[in-house]
Amino acid sequence: MIKLNYTIEGGDFSRAGYASSQVKKNLKQLGVDQKIIKNIVVALYEAEVNIVAHAQKGNIEVLISPTGVKMIVSDQGPGIVDVGQAMQVGFSTASEKVRQMGFGAGMGLPNIKRNVDRLDIETKVGKGTTLTMIKDF
Amino acid sequence: MKLEQVIEIVNAKVICGSVKANNIERGFCSDLMSDVLTIDTDKLLIITGLANVQAIRTAEMADVNCILLVRNKKATADMIKVAEENNMIIMETSFSMFHVAGKLYEAGLKPVY
Repeated sequence: MIKLNYTIEGGDFSRAGYASSQVKKNLKQLGVDQKIIKNIVVALYEAEVNIVAHAQKGNIEVLISPTGVKMIVSDQGPGIVDVGQAMQVGFSTASEKVRQMGFGAGMGLPNIKRNVDRLDIETKVGKGTTLTMIKDF
Repeated sequence: MKLEQVIEIVNAKVICGSVKANNIERGFCSDLMSDVLTIDTDKLLIITGLANVQAIRTAEMADVNCILLVRNKKATADMIKVAEENNMIIMETSFSMFHVAGKLYEAGLKPVY
């Protein structure tokens, strides 16, 4: 089992994607199938951008086992008021700054769901959100 | 289509990366990176007006190694650094996205859908 851990600063778009990039390099080294790597890092990158876009800070923990990857992405942020609504394509609460960075069109969570085998969302308004994503090899 | 052809057609300037022996089959125009992240196509050229490091990170995650910046947008030092780390090619053109898409489509570059 390989464990990777990254701290993510909210608002720091210059660094957004660094953790996902590191995870991609690790998975490549392990010889994981390219299509599966893409699914994993697209989901993780969207989640990483979500922390940068919405939260004060967050954490990414990635557990790589011989059978798959578990990613736990947690943040200290505003939480999600209505998860059902947030899962709909086109719904977004992102700021103008986030939109200028090429995101904030309400596609993040649906994109994440499409790319993993399991997505669990735990959220508390005013406290934060934790996404647990599982992708089997 | 050879990248050399793309460069000639849209009068592009290569900012980083090695163009030689690089072929692309399809093009995708977007300033929205989440849209790019929904695509599952090999040998893709991303045509965008988004000149920030997220355009390069998005390409990295999507396994795309050619990015063409339109509307005279300039690659930043951050973008070039990340692109070089990942053996990516960044090109710039002063033409609009519409102009570039039209010219490349006419020359035989396929759309994603």
